[in-house]
Amino acid sequence: MIVENALVWLQDTAIATAIREGDTLFPWIECVHVLSITFVVGSIAAVDLRLIGVSSRDRPVSRLTAEILPWTWLAFAAAAASGGLMFASKAVQYGGNTAFQLKIALLVLAGVNMAIFHLVTFRRVGEWDAASGTPAAAKLAGAASLAIWIAIVTCGRVIGFTMVDLPS
Amino acid sequence: MLRWLDRFCHWLAATPLSQALQSETWIVPALQTVHILCVALVFSSALLIDLRIFGAVSRAQPEAGVAARFLPSLWWPLPVLLATGSLLISAEPARSLENPSFQIKMALLVAAIAVTYAYQRPLRHDAEYWHRTGQRRHAARLVAAASAALWIGIILAGRWIAYTQE
Repeated sequence: MIVENALVWLQDTAIATAIREGDTLFPWIECVHVLSITFVVGSIAAVDLRLIGVSSRDRPVSRLTAEILPWTWLAFAAAAASGGLMFASKAVQYGGNTAFQLKIALLVLAGVNMAIFHLVTFRRVGEWDAASGTPAAAKLAGAASLAIWIAIVTCGRVIGFTMVDLPS
Repeated sequence: MLRWLDRFCHWLAATPLSQALQSETWIVPALQTVHILCVALVFSSALLIDLRIFGAVSRAQPEAGVAARFLPSLWWPLPVLLATGSLLISAEPARSLENPSFQIKMALLVAAIAVTYAYQRPLRHDAEYWHRTGQRRHAARLVAAASAALWIGIILAGRWIAYTQE
């Protein structure tokens, strides 16, 4: 009930109403979302593929993450902001959408996977940084991350097909 | 719209392939998902190369090294994009072929491929090609700016296809 009320309040805010009722605001916000999420997923994939041992094997892992991930976070901030605005515009409907709920759960899972990797495996990166082969835990983290992000994109696309009156 | 294009769209929509693609509701979103995942690879690869040319990322590695690292992941998803894109067109021909956003997207795509190739070609024989003269350094930055703008334009036009149907 509290959640329901909060969602109604959110979509009744002036900004949410403007996005919902405007002709071109929603598609432009969606454009920002697609642009930022493609860079988030593509740049994370570059790191994941290095962890799995497929690409950039001659580059130390710590250097690769240091040069790419700041840009990934910047893009993620844009994706979260634009996603939040789209969510606000039809908060009740998104809140009840299974694909949306799954997408948020997967985002949390991606965060947990990343936290475990950074706090445990990456702590001893000095031991395997420059080696082209990576430890099993790093391979597992990379593979899990890839799978989770592919699932997140899939959910995002399914949302477009399961929301009423949203062009696919 | 052009009458021959309209007729072609109707013909294509009636083919067994198009009918098969339309028969199940999950096929189009599944194709779009593969399409956007490949777009993610191409766009990120292009942008990381462009950012390096501007000196904003990977400064410890020479430009040509960064290009060699990310150009494969820029090129190899393109056939997959072409395949999934063609199937998406076959599923809903009029939605794309007669759509101004789609037409703009294709024009930008041709330009983006040309720009990428123009940057890559001289590097094959001379990794330092774009650094030999001040003029070339300048040209490389122009190419990087054009590449980033074109790929961003392609993604924007792609998203607008859903909103500019006849």
